[in-house]
Amino acid sequence: MGTIFLIAILIFGFLIVFQIAKANEYVSVLKGEKKTFEQNNRINGFMMIAFLVLGLIGVYWCNELFKGKILGDAASDHGEKIDLMLYITLAITGVVFVITQVLLFWFAFKYQYSDKRKPYYYPHNNKLEVIWTVIPAIFLTVLVGFGLYYWFKITGAPPKDAMQIEITGKQFSWIGRYPGKDKIFGKKHFRNISDDNNNALGMLWDDKAGQDDIIVSGNDIYLVKGKPVHLIINSRDVVHDVGLAHFRMKMDAVPGTPTTMWFTPLYTTAEMKAKENNPDFEYELSCDQMCGSSHYTMKGVIHVVDQLEFDLWMAKQKSAYSQLQSGPQPGTPAKDSTTKTTAAVQEIKSSNN
Amino acid sequence: MSNESHIPGQHEVVTTHEVHHDEHHVHHHHETFITKYVFSQDHKMICKQFLITGIIWAILGALMSVLFRLQLGYPDARFPFLEDILGHWAKGGKIQDEFYYALVTMHGTVLVFFVLTGGLSGTFANFLIPLQLGARDMASPFLNMLSYWFFFLASVVMISSLFVSTGPASGGWTSYPPLSALGDASQGSKAGMDLWIVSMALFVVSSLLGGLNYISTILNLRTKGMSMTRMPLTIWALFFTAILGVLSFPVLLSGFILLLFDRHMVTSFYLSDIFIASTQTAMPYEGGSPILYQHLFWFLGHPEVYIIILPAMGLVSEVMSVNARKPIFGYMAMVGSLFAIAILAFLVWAHHMFVTGLNPFLGSVFVLLTLLIAVPSAIKVFNWLTTLWRGNIRFTPGMLFAIGFVSMFISGGLTGIWLGNSSMDIHLHDTYFVVAHFHIVMGVSAFFGMFAGIYHWYPKMYGRYLNNTMAYIHFWVTLIGAYLIFWPMHYEGLAGMPRRYLDYSSWASFHQFGGLNRFITIVATIVFATQLLFVFNFFYSIFKGRRVVTQNPWGATTLEWTTPIRPGHGNWVGEIPEVHRWAYDYGKDGRDFIPQTEPIGANEKLPH
Repeated sequence: MGTIFLIAILIFGFLIVFQIAKANEYVSVLKGEKKTFEQNNRINGFMMIAFLVLGLIGVYWCNELFKGKILGDAASDHGEKIDLMLYITLAITGVVFVITQVLLFWFAFKYQYSDKRKPYYYPHNNKLEVIWTVIPAIFLTVLVGFGLYYWFKITGAPPKDAMQIEITGKQFSWIGRYPGKDKIFGKKHFRNISDDNNNALGMLWDDKAGQDDIIVSGNDIYLVKGKPVHLIINSRDVVHDVGLAHFRMKMDAVPGTPTTMWFTPLYTTAEMKAKENNPDFEYELSCDQMCGSSHYTMKGVIHVVDQLEFDLWMAKQKSAYSQLQSGPQPGTPAKDSTTKTTAAVQEIKSSNN
Repeated sequence: MSNESHIPGQHEVVTTHEVHHDEHHVHHHHETFITKYVFSQDHKMICKQFLITGIIWAILGALMSVLFRLQLGYPDARFPFLEDILGHWAKGGKIQDEFYYALVTMHGTVLVFFVLTGGLSGTFANFLIPLQLGARDMASPFLNMLSYWFFFLASVVMISSLFVSTGPASGGWTSYPPLSALGDASQGSKAGMDLWIVSMALFVVSSLLGGLNYISTILNLRTKGMSMTRMPLTIWALFFTAILGVLSFPVLLSGFILLLFDRHMVTSFYLSDIFIASTQTAMPYEGGSPILYQHLFWFLGHPEVYIIILPAMGLVSEVMSVNARKPIFGYMAMVGSLFAIAILAFLVWAHHMFVTGLNPFLGSVFVLLTLLIAVPSAIKVFNWLTTLWRGNIRFTPGMLFAIGFVSMFISGGLTGIWLGNSSMDIHLHDTYFVVAHFHIVMGVSAFFGMFAGIYHWYPKMYGRYLNNTMAYIHFWVTLIGAYLIFWPMHYEGLAGMPRRYLDYSSWASFHQFGGLNRFITIVATIVFATQLLFVFNFFYSIFKGRRVVTQNPWGATTLEWTTPIRPGHGNWVGEIPEVHRWAYDYGKDGRDFIPQTEPIGANEKLPH
């Protein structure tokens, strides 16, 4: 019913616009084409300047409205560099934006048709062309310089003491893996993957290095504040992307080709809750590469904690291998229900859904 | 202006001696409905075929965006009428996840390829190349006809994919494998994806047939005196566009063929190490790389955005000069910057792939080359501004859209500097910032260029004018609406809000934009309705518009305005006019304009 009503209004609106438009055409015939043209030209000329003024006010207003909603301070060292780049670029492009838009609409208004004006025959001026080739080139060189300086810092080798964590995307959740005490990840192969047999990553259990690996699913990853973290990113099926908006980091998860990123978290989750004055704050991990129908639900949570809290959490974790030995018993004593250590059980449940 | 004669109404004079040599002497070339309107070889009719097919596609593509905007603006609401239209794809009045992605995918594919490539280049290359160069028709009218019919066939296949039971392709317009390669990973990657690939392959064929024809026509069929440097900028732009298409579309096709092999012949070009959770099976593929597809795709994909924007630039340059009553400023710089953009277009594709694990050094090379494009783009903007400076501007609808184009191109171009710089791209990649950027700089801008062209050349196409009042409403609502829709999206992107999510309500980091998303949806719906007003104006005016009574209504210098008001097949009655000067002698020596056909006067200052 509402739909029909809407369509009726739409058609009615169309009819009115159409009638006015037709009437205007007849009026213009009566008034003479030249007069109508001049009148329309003045109206459009005025609209040009009105659009410019209201538009610039709108840009300012829009900024006031939303500047507080764009995530606040960067939560990683790389993020701070990226934010600085954003501000430098905003300053340069902002100035260019205002100047060029003002010139565009101002010229349109100022040089609108007049009987008296003779347009100025001005086909070219090589000096001007050189000036506005060179000046943008200089500014762009500056931007490229800054950009690449930071780019190489961000993509460069991680510090030696970085904590290694492997993160694997699958439709539609994340699996984390810590290398355990030996700090070496065990071997795995995709043909060994079996959600039914508690082997979501396809671990080769014969490899001793893998027997102490800790696998966390349930999308919760723990990091230590101030300690560089080196993520090794994998995908089990299609291309995903580890998107960490608060840390300003992002890297695709590509099946068959591991990728990496590293950064140093600067604030714990608790600190960010206070900083943002938002008790619901979480570092969210979003999948940023289209991966299928539930792409938009593929959320992970990064918990940044201090070293002590991390050690406590880690102490509660059992290696995936040891859980395999004991078997997935529903009654496995869950020491802390929120940490979801019984990875495999969760895994089966989610994949069967 | 020697040999034009006023011939009112439809007049079928066959003057293409070369083409219709035989029939011409035997009988009065009677064209049937089929040869005139359906399998026509007249470039003007083929232009209209491309244009009208493009308009139909644009309505469909835009309607899809309104549907998925409904979901984005009102993620919790239910719209029973959606179920009436879409059936099980909108069960209970809510668009299903899979279908949301199908809509997004189709919206992108349709607008990028079928509207802004086929519709834009197909229309104006066909219309303007012979008319502005002084040619009777394309170098090969038959191939030209085939080009349209391959386009039509591609359209039919793409439309049919909307009706298969598993739905149309839904992996995004880029169709990255493995998602697009594995039916088990996504419903849309079943039959819908095959149809998508077949349709795109047909589209590539159409594009190549058209492009080769445009290039050979421009190189070979220019009238006497029309040297390359006397060509209007529209032709230069269409020339570079055709070259870009001819060189890059085959790469895309090869990418698609390999994808087809991976889908059906268990080859492993793109696939490796895949375990599908829904079937609990490890796939047999080993050794391939999904990144290879991205390279092949973006080797076309990036030139593609210039294939879209260059014709718009050409149209705008022409319309702006005519209506400012001034020569375009820096003609050679304009040609040079088109050339530079065309070259650089091939050297920047990997800036879409900064976060794929690309070698950082390789990435840095692409940063440099990408930001280089800003230089020719800046030259163009400054030249347009100087063209307006001290002009005598008539705000015809075409001119309004040309000015709107420059505004949009500046806004969207500047954010390209943000995204092209890899360190910032890490944060902004695949967020709404990207959506805002490319919609403004190539979506809306290209549409503005197209509208400028349609309003400006409509009198030549149909011998009638579009209604001005509706045109003004169309322009102002579209300009304001486009900014209202896309400007705030930059903020969503700066917050890291990912693209291609259909519901943000469960995300603590992104749900704060719910109100904004609703606002954008409302504006998008209004802007869509306004486009329907344009479509109405377009079709109504074909039959009822004000008649064109003068041969050169805009007072333009170029050759198309020396043809009869309604030119027949062959364009000129009698001999093709000769050209003596460049296309931009407006306001020279105190004269309003001097047509290209007028010889240089004895006392005239030398041409540019």
